[in-house]
Amino acid sequence: MYRNIVCDEISHRGYNGDDILAYYARPAGNGPFPGVVVLHHMPGWDEWCCEVARKFAHHGYAAVLPYLFHRFGPPEQMDDTIAKVRAGGGVPDAMTIGDAVGAAQFLKAQPNSTGKLGLIGFCSGGRQTVLVASNTKEFSAAVDCWGGRVVAPADTLTPAQPKAPIDMTADLAAPLLGIFGNDDQAPSPEQVNQHEAVLKQAGKTYEFHRYDGAGHGFFATDRPGYRQGPATDAWGKVWAWYDKYLK
Amino acid sequence: MCSWIVEKAKMSGSAKGINGWFETTEATVVYDHPYHAQLDHALCIDFINPEQGLGARVAVELTVESALELIKAIEMALDRGKHLHPEVITPRVEMLALK
Repeated sequence: MYRNIVCDEISHRGYNGDDILAYYARPAGNGPFPGVVVLHHMPGWDEWCCEVARKFAHHGYAAVLPYLFHRFGPPEQMDDTIAKVRAGGGVPDAMTIGDAVGAAQFLKAQPNSTGKLGLIGFCSGGRQTVLVASNTKEFSAAVDCWGGRVVAPADTLTPAQPKAPIDMTADLAAPLLGIFGNDDQAPSPEQVNQHEAVLKQAGKTYEFHRYDGAGHGFFATDRPGYRQGPATDAWGKVWAWYDKYLK
Repeated sequence: MCSWIVEKAKMSGSAKGINGWFETTEATVVYDHPYHAQLDHALCIDFINPEQGLGARVAVELTVESALELIKAIEMALDRGKHLHPEVITPRVEMLALK
């Protein structure tokens, strides 16, 4: 464990060459450290997501949490910004991919980087994790935590999000760990099964863990859906996954 | 936001937000994760005016039961007031009665 950690607000290059605000948490010292890009949930670039970045630092990873709503409004007006994002149909996928790749390149450019990177996302960030890992080879391992709309009927696709991530499975470029609650309906257990079947058929490296008594967002300690037992067990799966592929 | 249930309605009226009254031109109705209410999912309504920026917003995040109570209260109030504006309200109330 790394109890001495350093945290900063930074900016890094993102989609279209834009400077993106991000939270950067890493162990103190010269390392070298593997990195993790953390994709925040729909409630935004909030306190809990910053805690997650610090948790990775505590476990020996340099973590970057890009502010994916950067172009929609400032984090000081997070609730109004979220309202604008959802009214507008969500963050365009191309923008998310560009911003995540920019975060990865920032981490790889640090002198204390091992060059190995993981990706993790929660809620809408879970969907974005599958999306990003299917559109770049920057990452050595990915973790989808209850991403909704990985499986998406054609009539729910939009110009901003034109393709369901499940339909990108052939291009998935990183081993994928999936963590889901069986009481969740977005994604539903049936959608999780459907995603798993496609991964299996495509011969991809993956591992899915499903938890009874847990619904959506069961890691989030500041929300009513937090489930301590499943969350603790599933965090163990995350560490094992990254130990295997990043260290 | 994972359910991605979003409906929109054109509005004509006023709403009082953090900077005072503004003309609201749109309502976004969402059933998804709330920002503030301690619920997994909530019925969220934003009365907004996109031309006036992020702050032109009045928001509520309600339980399903509360949202249904609100619908009933709106319908009752409109029904009681229909004699004041029959040309606008009557067709709407009749349409609801047909359902």
